[in-house]
Amino acid sequence: MNPLPLLLTLSSLLFVLGLFAVLTRRNAILILVGIELMLNAANINFIAFWRYGSAEADLTGPLFVLFSIAIAAAEAAVGLAIILMVFRHTRSTDLNRLDSLHG
Amino acid sequence: MADALIPHLPCLLWLVPLLPLLAGAITAFMPNRMGRLASWLALGALLVSCAIAVAALACALAPVHEKAFRLETAYTWFSFGDVALKVGLVLDPLSAAMGAMVSFVAFWIFLYSTGYMKSEARFGRFFCFLSLFSGAMLLVVYSNSLLLLFMAWELVGLASYLLIGYYYEKPSAAAAAQKAFITTRIGDMAFFLGMIWLFGQTGTLLFFDHGRGLLETGVLGSLAGVTTVGGLTVSAAAALLLLVGAMGKSGQVPLHTWLPDAMEGPTPVSALIHAATMVAAGVFLVARTHPIFMNSGITGLPLTATAWIGGITALYAACVALGQNDIKRILAYSTVSQLGFMMVALGTGGVAAAMFHLIAHAFFKALLFLSAGSVIHGCHDEQDIRRMGGLARAMPKTFFAYAIGMMALAGFPFVFSGFWSKEAVLHSAETWPGGHGPFLLAATAALLTAFYMTRQAMLVFFGKPRNPGVTHPHESPPVILVPLFVLAAGAVLLALIGTPVWPWFEEWLKGERAVFNGLALTTPEALKLIGLSLALVTVGVTASWLVYRNPSGDSRAPDPLEHKLGAAWKFLGDGMRFDATYERFIIAPLVALARVVDGIERQLFVPLMALAEGLIKLVGRWTGNADEKGLNDGFNHVCSSLQGSADSASASQSGRPQAYLRAIGLGASVLLILYFWLIA
Repeated sequence: MNPLPLLLTLSSLLFVLGLFAVLTRRNAILILVGIELMLNAANINFIAFWRYGSAEADLTGPLFVLFSIAIAAAEAAVGLAIILMVFRHTRSTDLNRLDSLHG
Repeated sequence: MADALIPHLPCLLWLVPLLPLLAGAITAFMPNRMGRLASWLALGALLVSCAIAVAALACALAPVHEKAFRLETAYTWFSFGDVALKVGLVLDPLSAAMGAMVSFVAFWIFLYSTGYMKSEARFGRFFCFLSLFSGAMLLVVYSNSLLLLFMAWELVGLASYLLIGYYYEKPSAAAAAQKAFITTRIGDMAFFLGMIWLFGQTGTLLFFDHGRGLLETGVLGSLAGVTTVGGLTVSAAAALLLLVGAMGKSGQVPLHTWLPDAMEGPTPVSALIHAATMVAAGVFLVARTHPIFMNSGITGLPLTATAWIGGITALYAACVALGQNDIKRILAYSTVSQLGFMMVALGTGGVAAAMFHLIAHAFFKALLFLSAGSVIHGCHDEQDIRRMGGLARAMPKTFFAYAIGMMALAGFPFVFSGFWSKEAVLHSAETWPGGHGPFLLAATAALLTAFYMTRQAMLVFFGKPRNPGVTHPHESPPVILVPLFVLAAGAVLLALIGTPVWPWFEEWLKGERAVFNGLALTTPEALKLIGLSLALVTVGVTASWLVYRNPSGDSRAPDPLEHKLGAAWKFLGDGMRFDATYERFIIAPLVALARVVDGIERQLFVPLMALAEGLIKLVGRWTGNADEKGLNDGFNHVCSSLQGSADSASASQSGRPQAYLRAIGLGASVLLILYFWLIA
C-alpha cells in the first residue's frame, strides 16, 4: 500500500491543528507553537513527496526541510524575543489586549 | 529459565525503557488532582521494567555461555541516499548490570518520593518527570547506537532540567536549572561533534554490528590508522570529544559547577539523578566507548587525559566538600569527587573497577541523599548542618541508615562495598604505567573523603542539639524508611561481588569465569594496598573526630577548621571561586558585549530613526498644509458624506492580528473551494 495519502492526511491534520491554535489562542507563545506545527506539517509534506515521489536519489526534499528547520529555529528565537519585549512593555502576552493599532 | 527467556529478550528489552517513558507520557496529561494515580502508574511501570532488567541480568549471568554474553539488535531507522542510520539495543554484562542497578535504585527512590513529596501541589507532575527520566536513562544504558544514546542523553538532560527547576517559583531553582542545562550543553556539543566525526569516518554509529560496529576490531583499526590535526589519530580526537561530553554530564572539573547548584531540586531528585544515575552516564559513556579510548594510537592521550581529569576532580571536590555547611552540598561535592575516582579508574584501564565503584556508589550515595532528605524532613526543612546536632537520639533509624551510607562512602574496611570498590580504583591507578599522579591525587582524595564525611556525621548526629528555633525533630514514616534500609542492605551486600578474594564482577565484565582464591588477599601487593586504604580511612576519621568531637553548642560559632585555615576556608566554601571566575571572564564580557550592542542601538539607530521620523513628519505637514488650503475645501463636502461609510469600514480594522488572519483563512478557503469547483 502506498503510504503517501496517510502521510498527507497526517500533515493536513497537523496543519489544521496549528491553524486552529493560531486562530483561537490568545497567548502569543501558544500561537508561536501553532506556527511551528504548521511549519512541520509542510516539512512532512516535503519529506513524503520526496520519499514516495520519483526523484528519491536527489535528496531535494530533506535538504529543503533542513533549511526550513534552521529557519524555523531562527524564527522561533526572534519570535520569542519579540514576545519577551512585548511582555516587558505591556506585562501581558494576551494578543487581544494588544490592539492599539485598531481603526 | 534463563534459556527460555533469551529468544524473547530482543523484544522484552525494548520494554525496559519504553514502559517508564509511556507512563511519563500518560501522566503528563493527567490533571493535578489525579496525582496519586499518576504515582501508582509510574511505580507500576518501573516495577515491570525493573523485573525485566533483572531477568535480563539473570540471562547475561547464566553460566551456559562460553565467552562474554552479548545480544545485539539493530534496525534501520532511516536511510538517506545510500547511507543508513541504524539504532538498536545491546545486552552485554556492562548494560545488564547498569540497567538492573538503575531500575532497582530508581524504584526505591520512586517509592520514597511517594512519601517525601506527599504534600506537594504538583505531585503528579513530579512523577511524570521522574518517569521520563528513568525511561531515558534506561535507554542510555541499553542503547546499541551512539545516536540513540545521544538522544536519550539529551532526554535525561531535559528531565534533569525540569526536575531541578521543579520549584520554579524560586528564582534560585530556576537559575540552577538553566545553569545545569547550559553547562552540560557545552559538553554535549563536543559529544555531538565526536559522534559526527566517527560517523563521517566509519559510516556507522552502532556499537556492535556483527563485526562491523564502532567498538569492534575492524572499525577500531581503521579509525586508529588515520591521523588528523596535531598528529592525533581520528579515534584519539573523537575519544577526546566524547570525554568532554562525559565531563559535562559527570561534573568533572572545569564543567562541574552545575552539579552543586542542582541541589535546588527536591531531595529524591538529587538522590536519583544527581547522585546515583544521570551523573554516572558520563562515566558509563566512557566505559561503553572504552575500546575507542584504548585503540587511539601510541600516545594514549585520551586515557591519560581521563585519568588526570578524574584525579584532579576527585581531589578538588574532596577539598571543597570540607568547607561546605549545607548537608546536600557536601554530598553533591562528594558525588563530584567520587565521579572523579571512576574517571581515574577508566583512564588507568580499570573499566571493571570503575563500573564496580559506579554501582556501589549509586547505592550508598542514593542512601546518603535519602537519609539526608529524611533528616531535612525531620528537622522541618533545615539544611544547614551547623543548626543540627544530636539527631542520633531523635532519629535512630535514619541515623542507622545514614551511618551505613557514610561508612561505605568513607571506605570503612571489609564489610562495606565502598571499601572494596575504592580499593579496586586505587589498585587500577597504582598499576598504571603512565605515572603516579592520578594515584596520588585519588589517594589524597580518599583521605579527605573520610575526613569530611566524619565531620558531617559528627555535626549532624552527635553533640547537643544546636537549633533553638526548630523544636522536636521527628523520625520519618515507614514509606521513607523502608527504601533506606533496602539501599543500606545493597551498600553492604555489594561488597561481596568485587573483593580480590572472589573478583566475580570484574571477571564477568571481561567475560571470564571468576575463581575463588582465598589467598589473593595475602599477596604482598594486595596487602600493601589494603594497608594503605586502611591507613587512609583511619587517619581521616580520627583526625576529623579529634577536630569535631566537641562541637560548640552555638550554631553561629565558627568551624574549628576556620581558625587554622583562615582565608583558605572561605576559598573552599566558595568552591574555589570557579563560579566567580566564570562570572568574571565569560559572563561579564558577554554582558559587556550586549551593553555595547544595546548602546549602539540606543545611541545610533534610535536618533537616526528619530531624524527620519522628523523629516517625514515635516514633509507630511508641508504637503498636508498644501492640501488643506489648495484642494481640500472643494472635497470637504464629498468627504463628510464618505466619512460615514469609512467609519463602518474602519471598525473591521480591529488591530487584532488574529481577526485579520481569520479573514485571510476564510478568503483562502473560499478561493480553494472556488478553484476545485471550477476544475470539477
